[in-house]
Amino acid sequence: MKQLSTKVTSNGHGQDSSYFLGWEEYEKNPYNEIKNPNGIIQMGLAENQLCFDLIETWLAKNPDAAGLKKDGQSIFKELALFQDYHGLPEFKKALAEFMEEIRGNRVSFDPSKIVLAAGSTSANETLMFCLAEPGDAFLLPTPYYPGFDRDLKWRTGAEIVPIHCSSSNGFQITESALQQAYQQAQKLDLKVKGVLVTNPSNPLGTMLTRRELNLLVEFISSKNIHLISDEIYSGTVFGFEQFVSVMDVLKDKNLENNEVSKRVHVVYSLSKDLGLPGFRVGAIYSNDEMVVSAARKMSSFGLVSSQTQYLLSALLSDKNFTSTYLNENQKRLKIRQKQLVSGLEAAGITCLKSNAGLFCWVDMRHLLDTNTFEAELELWKKIVYEVKLNISPGASCHCTEPGWFRVCFANMSEDTLDLAMKRLKEYVESTDSRRVISKSSHERIKSLRKRTVSNWVFRVSWTDRVPDER
Amino acid sequence: MVLLSRKATCNSHGQDSSYFLGWEEYEKNPYDVIKNPQGIIQMGLAENQLCFDLLESWLEQNTDVACFKRAGQSIFRELALFQDYHGLSSFKNALADFMSENRGNRVSFDSNNLVLTAGATSANETLMFCLADPGDAFLLPTPYYPGFDRDLKWRTGVEIVPIQCSSTNGFCITKLALEEAYEQAKKLNLNVKGILITNPSNPLGTTTTQTELNILFDFITKNKNIHLVSDEIYSGTIFNSSEFVSVMEILKNNQLENTDVLNRVHIVYSLSKDLGLPGFRVGAIYSNDKDVISAATKMSSFGLVSSQTQHLLSSLLSDKKFTENYLRENQKRLKNRQRKLVLGLEAIGIKCLKSNAGLFCWVDMRPLLSSKTFEAEKDLWKKIVYEVKLNISPGSSCHCEEPGWFRVCFANMSEETLKLALKRLKKFVDDGNSKRSCQKSESQKLKGSRKKTMSNVSNWVFRLSFHDREAEER
Repeated sequence: MKQLSTKVTSNGHGQDSSYFLGWEEYEKNPYNEIKNPNGIIQMGLAENQLCFDLIETWLAKNPDAAGLKKDGQSIFKELALFQDYHGLPEFKKALAEFMEEIRGNRVSFDPSKIVLAAGSTSANETLMFCLAEPGDAFLLPTPYYPGFDRDLKWRTGAEIVPIHCSSSNGFQITESALQQAYQQAQKLDLKVKGVLVTNPSNPLGTMLTRRELNLLVEFISSKNIHLISDEIYSGTVFGFEQFVSVMDVLKDKNLENNEVSKRVHVVYSLSKDLGLPGFRVGAIYSNDEMVVSAARKMSSFGLVSSQTQYLLSALLSDKNFTSTYLNENQKRLKIRQKQLVSGLEAAGITCLKSNAGLFCWVDMRHLLDTNTFEAELELWKKIVYEVKLNISPGASCHCTEPGWFRVCFANMSEDTLDLAMKRLKEYVESTDSRRVISKSSHERIKSLRKRTVSNWVFRVSWTDRVPDER
Repeated sequence: MVLLSRKATCNSHGQDSSYFLGWEEYEKNPYDVIKNPQGIIQMGLAENQLCFDLLESWLEQNTDVACFKRAGQSIFRELALFQDYHGLSSFKNALADFMSENRGNRVSFDSNNLVLTAGATSANETLMFCLADPGDAFLLPTPYYPGFDRDLKWRTGVEIVPIQCSSTNGFCITKLALEEAYEQAKKLNLNVKGILITNPSNPLGTTTTQTELNILFDFITKNKNIHLVSDEIYSGTIFNSSEFVSVMEILKNNQLENTDVLNRVHIVYSLSKDLGLPGFRVGAIYSNDKDVISAATKMSSFGLVSSQTQHLLSSLLSDKKFTENYLRENQKRLKNRQRKLVLGLEAIGIKCLKSNAGLFCWVDMRPLLSSKTFEAEKDLWKKIVYEVKLNISPGSSCHCEEPGWFRVCFANMSEETLKLALKRLKKFVDDGNSKRSCQKSESQKLKGSRKKTMSNVSNWVFRLSFHDREAEER
């Protein structure tokens, strides 16, 4: 018998095939305006396809950057040999400045505190390796990105304990939910090492409020634990309010020289804001020298290609480009989100009011047969197979209430989005006449929910499909 | 108090600063033919800088590729969005073909059995995560690449147990040494999950012989729970292709393709040495075990190859005219350059292990030691760094069990620089010859001092693995 590690063999346990079917169905029957107009429309992929034209224009005007030249001279050899895990200095500088620009230049980022990684997938895992022992836990507000189950736990042995958030207050983090999660971890004999939030949130599409951020900073301060703020969507904020980063809060509370600032770490990536997931560019930002030092050595396992670092250092150093891009990106995302929101409204469906992200958190509770995850699964299957839209069910994001779905809007054309909304409207209207809504008893919901959620969730984490469908 | 993991903090324990000093000295005072002709010459970096002209001229003739075009059409969007951990199929196909070419097309590679990773560093670590649990062990022949201590053990919790090789037979793996290593692991209560070899070897610069491969295969055929990982990162640096026998060939020639052995043999590859592209982070795992492929593919999410880079290299490696010419030229130039180093050392009275591959020689400086100890090796090394101004790699950093051996790189500098390095070394040896008095210590004194220096060695090695310098000094 050939023996593989338990990390590999545990993979095969408890897998439900329902979520996997959704992806498979899409791959078998992908929508194409010309070749397959009746195919499944992909609304489960959080990609930003709205601003490629801006980047392509820049590339055409600046051929040296992709052509591995500097001032017309080939620097191919230099780049080919550059594997220093400190990263290309020009790139880190440009990245730090870009991060500052996204935050309205209210806070500053020191390039020497940046550690580059092959995407935020790599950055998040690396931070876990640096901050937690196997068996230690991080608290995460639900709903959260399904990929975290793999990224934070798989090879690190760390555990996730959910901070339950509910629709009653727009899924915001409350003090009691935080405390409850902490106590739950203790009940499970898990040492809590920190809290991880995604801000703006995936899948909610909302920015954390100042109140929530203050709460978090106070909480980690009192418990002497870490706070990781994954700000991968920071450049997708389109609402009237400006983005408030955890770094803003540290500054406003005069904590920048306080030791708590050493326990606050930011994760970033160019996969969402710039729409470049294929280039594998992520970063960890930390005020703790030891974390930076350890993370930097670990980044050997996932360095960013020097070819890519060079291209992006040129792109991001062009301040004309970055300010135009950020502005345009926000504008287009806002318009596209509005289109989705109104399309859903026309179908009698509401969303959580959002001001960021590449998706909406959609309330389909009224379309459920019963207030259960089983019913959510049924509804989801219908939407995939009959309506022919691939959307992400809330259970896959560990949402504690059935009926919520994440629907992406930035990875398709306007016309395709129109079509998707039309199909959905048709479906809702045809079932309105047929549907019977029943409210189940409290106990029945609870038992059904526990059983089906864990199967789903496990399968979703191990899906054999495209890895980073954040 | 900031609480970090043990992995993050173990870094700072027991670190000897000597090896670190060597790197630091180089960084403070790097040789430059014009700006700093008295500076330290870097001979500790296994880089291949001999064929960039071939790559650059190809790039000039194919400017579209770097600019995200395919057949005149922009595919920028496609590439920007492409993050599929299955990898760009055109790239994997080209890579599989290239790997075959490297083996004289004596074996073929199925691109479905390839997993792309961000360099061999990532590939090796990923394989450990797939094949072993924390506390399990892999057996590695010494001397071995210092980076393995980090790559195979650090985050995985896997242990390395050395297969001691000695200069008496050119550091070849013997059946006895293999069995002793296995027994040693058992004594330490470690579950042996596999053997990992580098073929051609770093730091030896030699191809693994047929005899050694037979020993390894006999072992894993008998011990059905043991894997064999063959890191073939230097496969394209063999001066004479016919001398390289890949484990893939053994599987084929010994008709093991329908046995369980097939699923327990895995290859690691990278373009960092053959093509001299360490900055592009291109590595691969090749396995016939579909569970390993499946798991490694998912794990590659933590270190995917940039799609921009996959596109460029898929075009490069698909150009068969280019690859054929490149492999041939590369071999020729490496062979010539190695000869220059070997002859230059011979002229100084210094011998090397006879090598037929790699970007370095395994140099025998035992006659220059003041005593047969690692302490003396360290002293000699310091002199070579500070006085001769050459940064070379001491054998103890590679876990060599005999003091006095050094790895000296030859492919990361110009011919003139190599000549200068040899001149400096000659002067040092000539001066030393007149000054030095060789003392043969009694065997008891040797033993005693060796034990003491072993703890220094482990400090070195630890520091080396975690030095805050260039990441990949293979």
